[in-house]
Amino acid sequence: MPAMKLLKAMAAAAVLTAATGAAVSEPYDDGQSKTYYETVKGKKVAFVPLSMGFDLTEGWNAGLQNQARALGYTVEVRDPNWNVEAGVQAANGFIADKPDVLILHPLDQQAYNRVVPRALAAGINVIQINMKSVTNGDAFVGADWYDLGVKQAEAVVAACGKDSGKNGKIAIVTGQAATPTIVIGNMAFDDVFGQHPEIQIVARQSADFDPAKAQAITSTILKQNPDLCGIVGVWDGQDSGTAAAIREANMQDQVFFVSSGGGSKAAACDNIENGSFDAYVSYDVPGQARDLNAALKILLQTKPEPGSNPFALYTPLKVLTKDNLTPSSCWKLEELKAMGG
Amino acid sequence: MPIATGLSQERIVLVIAVALFVVFSIALPGFLDAGNLLSLIQNVSILGILGVGMAIAIIGRGIDLSILSTMPISVAWMLSLVNGGMPLWLAFLCALAFVVLVGIVNGVLIAYVEIPAIFATLAMGIAVYGFGKAYLVPIEAVYISGGGTSWFYSIGSGRVLGVPAPVVVFALVALAAWLFLRYLKPGRFIYGMGDNPAAARITGIPVRPMIVVQYVLISIIALVAGIVMATALSHINTRLALSTMVYDVILVVVLGGIGLSGGKGGIRNVIVGTVLIGILLNGMTIMNLTYTVQSILKSVILLAAIVVDTLLNPRDEQTAQHGDI
Repeated sequence: MPAMKLLKAMAAAAVLTAATGAAVSEPYDDGQSKTYYETVKGKKVAFVPLSMGFDLTEGWNAGLQNQARALGYTVEVRDPNWNVEAGVQAANGFIADKPDVLILHPLDQQAYNRVVPRALAAGINVIQINMKSVTNGDAFVGADWYDLGVKQAEAVVAACGKDSGKNGKIAIVTGQAATPTIVIGNMAFDDVFGQHPEIQIVARQSADFDPAKAQAITSTILKQNPDLCGIVGVWDGQDSGTAAAIREANMQDQVFFVSSGGGSKAAACDNIENGSFDAYVSYDVPGQARDLNAALKILLQTKPEPGSNPFALYTPLKVLTKDNLTPSSCWKLEELKAMGG
Repeated sequence: MPIATGLSQERIVLVIAVALFVVFSIALPGFLDAGNLLSLIQNVSILGILGVGMAIAIIGRGIDLSILSTMPISVAWMLSLVNGGMPLWLAFLCALAFVVLVGIVNGVLIAYVEIPAIFATLAMGIAVYGFGKAYLVPIEAVYISGGGTSWFYSIGSGRVLGVPAPVVVFALVALAAWLFLRYLKPGRFIYGMGDNPAAARITGIPVRPMIVVQYVLISIIALVAGIVMATALSHINTRLALSTMVYDVILVVVLGGIGLSGGKGGIRNVIVGTVLIGILLNGMTIMNLTYTVQSILKSVILLAAIVVDTLLNPRDEQTAQHGDI
């Protein structure tokens, strides 16, 4: 049957071309790259953020997804929308699915205290991002909140302290009292200001992470202390309210205001540029996304016994002011989505 | 409302407010300063504007728990449309259409489907927040970006003849609502419906369409409050929908003396309730009390107001009404 022969010949030719083609497109192996790509490919990563929809988690997730796409593994996200119970449930659900790595973003030091050991016991490597449970996982990626507080306090000491010629009167408009970021940050403030007796804290109020409350509190503080020299804020989302009150009182030149946050352009650089924030300590979300991806790649390749050898990648903090601001000081989510991580 | 003592809850709250005001004026230096008094009102003006909306609901024997979702979602959507290049007026019309739609759905659910207002608006609040977060504004915090020079952006932060603009907006909203409730037929109808819905219907008041109108108005007031908030803080965060602020709003209304059973009270009550909260918050901030102590003091004073009211105006068969909570 000539037709059948022809078909066979064609099939043989096709197989031959495919084989040579494959041989030609086999990528160069430098001795490690082949194993690298093969090890991470097809892995499963799970991510339980505090909530999606805000700059930090959206930024990290953009980086995570970019790397996952490039290397052929998956990052699945379950969004507990600020609810700790929902977060614990989501994490437990993931543990049952047995991903290779579980990334947790705990609301506070206690929230995931039972979840972390359970995941480790189930043979899952755990990364904690930006907030740490009391229990260590395999890796922590994020800001050292004490260091952040020290940097903020030092900025205000430089502006209002002994060598500045100012009166040293400052106010602290802090956030939700029980959260560890605030507790740890307050310890840092106390330690730094304790070494500078010329600094006088005239008001210390919590605005509960609510910018409207921050505005109300700050406007009252400014009325009471018209000679105030500086204000320490805690998070850009709340601090825009504090800044609004300072602006409204026409005291932007007099009051030195230091804020902090993830460094997104709308929240940070725009406000530094227009004078709302005089200094801003950024924990640089694109950098954290890169660190997160690095921790992930390390764990996927080395596959350590879960919990056996915890390591930390503390975020190098950037103190931004009008003077050192560059176009790359801050980030935009669209850019991070396009090529972040 | 009791006649015997002449001391309604509104008056009791007013007396407490005046007493606090006097004590703070004497004890706290700088409290009685004109600037401080203006900022005292300014700091509660958003609460007051929302209170006016809530009062319209409660007087008509309803309640609207969805305003705290409608407010941030509509304004956040408006701002993200503007940030995307849409002209401000068009974005505003979109937001207005959105809140009117929410109001209509609320009204129809309550008036025609006959779901109790508390459940209908509770569900709508969650629906509006969920829909908004999923389809309209995926990112929680929406900032007013750069070049906003229109007068619109000074609604929350500017001054009119030395008075902070939010106070002016609060005054205008309160005035409009007062005129509406007092002099317009639909306004009188709301009192009638709140006092006795069955009688209102028999009398010929178009109760069902009126309920729809009522909730549309409340939604529009929520939009106004949201615009004040966004332009004051130069951004709005949709997470506000998950906060407990709606209870503060109900508190202001009920504290001022508007009974939850409907048909009673007016805008004056809202103003009295708002001012008391304003004086409290301002004084406690000046005293530099911690957040926790502030919360305790606030609730103690609120409880005291209710206890005094109950002692002076005990409920009996004559004053009790069906639907009292």
